[in-house]
Amino acid sequence: MRWFRKPSNVPLWREEFPVFTADERYVSRRQLTKFLTLTSFGMFAGNLWIFAKSVLYRTPVYPRTIVASIGEITVGGVKIISYQAANDPCLMVRTGEDSYVAYSQKCTHLSCAVYYEREANRIKCPCHQGYFSIADGSVLQGPPPRPLPRVVLERDKGQLVAIRMEGAGS
Amino acid sequence: MSPASKPPQNRGLTAIEGAMVLIVILLIVQIWLLSATLESFLAGYRDAAIPGAVISGILFAACFALYRFVANIDSGVQKR
Repeated sequence: MRWFRKPSNVPLWREEFPVFTADERYVSRRQLTKFLTLTSFGMFAGNLWIFAKSVLYRTPVYPRTIVASIGEITVGGVKIISYQAANDPCLMVRTGEDSYVAYSQKCTHLSCAVYYEREANRIKCPCHQGYFSIADGSVLQGPPPRPLPRVVLERDKGQLVAIRMEGAGS
Repeated sequence: MSPASKPPQNRGLTAIEGAMVLIVILLIVQIWLLSATLESFLAGYRDAAIPGAVISGILFAACFALYRFVANIDSGVQKR
């Protein structure tokens, strides 16, 4: 209270309910200024929270999960895979004879399910026409603010193994 | 109307309104800063959190200083 009000002999109720009509303008402006300052403190607290989260952040340990076998899908084909670390279904695409990519199926804009557009060779979010690159999941067009989280795949004896997530945020 | 010819009840109101405009401008910057920091944090870039928090703290300190300025003018008016 001391920070928001100078020590005064005048009781608070008298400051808030002035006798003179002209003084009411001061009351309303003072109260609005106090409200704005508290809002500013709220913003600061939000930034401190983000800072605390980033300090306390620990790199997660990702499990190794077999998600498909090599040759299971044709070139240009798609398989919905389930990777424990992703929390949501992921989209695996065979982009070439020897190349596979996998991304989270959840759009980074408003969480709609994205799908692979084979003709244009890109990933599309049908809700708000967002497009992602098939090469790295980056945003090509539309409202998504971030690239799609990528599932890093590894080959292991004829199997495709998901080893970790990249760009999954916090 | 020159400041000397203003009625005593109105003195200081211009300064208070100027301070309020400044606080609003600082708040807009702070809102932008918070959303940008949160966005980069969610995208996995955690390096922006420290400068974001420091700058936000400075902006809050400036807002608080302006509030104290308003309170000082206000108490000066009440003493008259």
